[in-house]
Amino acid sequence: MEPIISVRGLGKTYAGGFTALKNVDLEIRRGEIFALLGPNGAGKTTLISIVCGIVNPTAGRVSASGFDIQRDYRMARSEIGLVPQELATDSFESVWATVNFSRGLFGKAPDPAYIEKLLRQLSLWEKKDSRIMSLSGGMKRRVMIAKALSHEPSILFLDEPTAGVDVELRQDMWDMVRGLRESGVTIILTTHYIEEAEEMADRVGVINRGELVLVEDKHTLMQKMGEKELSLHLPEPLQTVPEILADLPLTLSADGSQLVYRFDIKSSDTGIAELLRRLNDANIDFRDLHTRESSLEEIFVGLVKGARQEQQAQLTKETQE
Amino acid sequence: MNWYGIRAIYKFEMARTWRTLMQSIASPVLSTSLYFIVFGAAIGSRMGEIDGVSYGAFIIPGLIMLSLLSESISNASFGIFFPKFSGTIYEVLSAPVSPFEIVAGYVGAAATKSIVLGVLILVTARFFVDYEILHPFWMLGFLVLTAVTFSMFGFIIGVWADDFQKLQIIPLMVITPLTFLGGAFYSINMLPELWQKITLFNPVVYLISGFRWSFYGVADVNVGISLGMTLLFLLLCMATVWWIFRTGYRIKT
Repeated sequence: MEPIISVRGLGKTYAGGFTALKNVDLEIRRGEIFALLGPNGAGKTTLISIVCGIVNPTAGRVSASGFDIQRDYRMARSEIGLVPQELATDSFESVWATVNFSRGLFGKAPDPAYIEKLLRQLSLWEKKDSRIMSLSGGMKRRVMIAKALSHEPSILFLDEPTAGVDVELRQDMWDMVRGLRESGVTIILTTHYIEEAEEMADRVGVINRGELVLVEDKHTLMQKMGEKELSLHLPEPLQTVPEILADLPLTLSADGSQLVYRFDIKSSDTGIAELLRRLNDANIDFRDLHTRESSLEEIFVGLVKGARQEQQAQLTKETQE
Repeated sequence: MNWYGIRAIYKFEMARTWRTLMQSIASPVLSTSLYFIVFGAAIGSRMGEIDGVSYGAFIIPGLIMLSLLSESISNASFGIFFPKFSGTIYEVLSAPVSPFEIVAGYVGAAATKSIVLGVLILVTARFFVDYEILHPFWMLGFLVLTAVTFSMFGFIIGVWADDFQKLQIIPLMVITPLTFLGGAFYSINMLPELWQKITLFNPVVYLISGFRWSFYGVADVNVGISLGMTLLFLLLCMATVWWIFRTGYRIKT
């Protein structure tokens, strides 16, 4: 199936000389929830802003629903809704007026019935005549979502949708995003909360220092990058890791009651059988055992750290030369 | 053409006018009335006629121009500056609207307000002095042309300004002096010879002179030159706006 968004060789260097994006290639599949994950300043917002037409790229091409975002900008932009990170609203306008304004701006004929449905869905109907300035932060964010959806786009960008949103509301937001996906909207969200990507996304792209480090199906990513931990609960605490097990990647918990074995689930031989055999030989008993997959967070930190170390190594090498 | 888009911006801007009715309509009408009382009735009664027109009537076109210029600029500049300031500009930039449509919405609304204001001042003037309009068609033409031109100029200032002070500085430091020195309250023939020459570098002279001609058939400079200069300024503004959108100057990074 043809991707709904296709990004080719995208680059952005700001006037000040700062390079926010380097040669980014990305394809978003129709109907998926895609999470763009990265630390602050990684280039997430720049990438989104280019696709939405707010920032001009320095290099590369982007198409949305098959329309080039520069040549066929009208068609491309009609397909896209954007909820930016900053809460920017027209304080003195009513909710009803501002959402209808957005629909008109995007070239759609007025449709009060649709706007009513939208506001009800977002629990804003009771507030439709209130001035935006009188609403709470969470409601303002929902107003911005309503504005972004007012012209019935097929692609929705959510830039840090839950930044500064309390836990309860975050859950609502996630439910809402899932509901939108059900209705066929493709969703691209940026986040630096790993749990958000882990909870929501079908696929995850990790961006760091303007480079797309990887794009992967969430489960594959966790599987591929994942390390597993096997914990053995000992009936009698140990002082040190026994001599016979010293060559294995084992650590002893602080109180000596658990032996933790790290293994890579990618490798064909995880070494678990060998470990158990040796424990048996050494007469070490255990009460219980469990395994744990590393979270997306650990994967992410690993990736970003890895990239940084690589860069530093490169730098040191260059300075030495 | 995204007509709904133009209409949305236009309606949004007009709604802002109704919200700030006192500031956008009532206050210019009040201040113009004060001018009529002070210069028209009180001082004007001691002044002779200028070019066969009573002083009270003579200042009407200049006073309308004074308000028209400052209100067009302040309305249009604020209209585009505020979304930049509050961050809501993202929506206009990400919408399927062309630069022409954006300008049509913002400048159209600002010009509409100025024209309404000009007509209101004209009606208010009736309560203080008698006047006639010799060429009503041309009068309306100059009114609309000036409102559109200076709303566009205001739009440019609004894009250029990155703080509130810059927003005020051009109307306050440039436009107001130029209007006062542009013959709003006197005929430039009343100036010493040297100043008559210097004053021809003031573009507002042409606006006021042409506008006054449409009322009383008398002008400081030829009406054709007035029209030409106004059109020239409109073209300059249009070219600048075109350049702004082509380069993304101060609205896109």
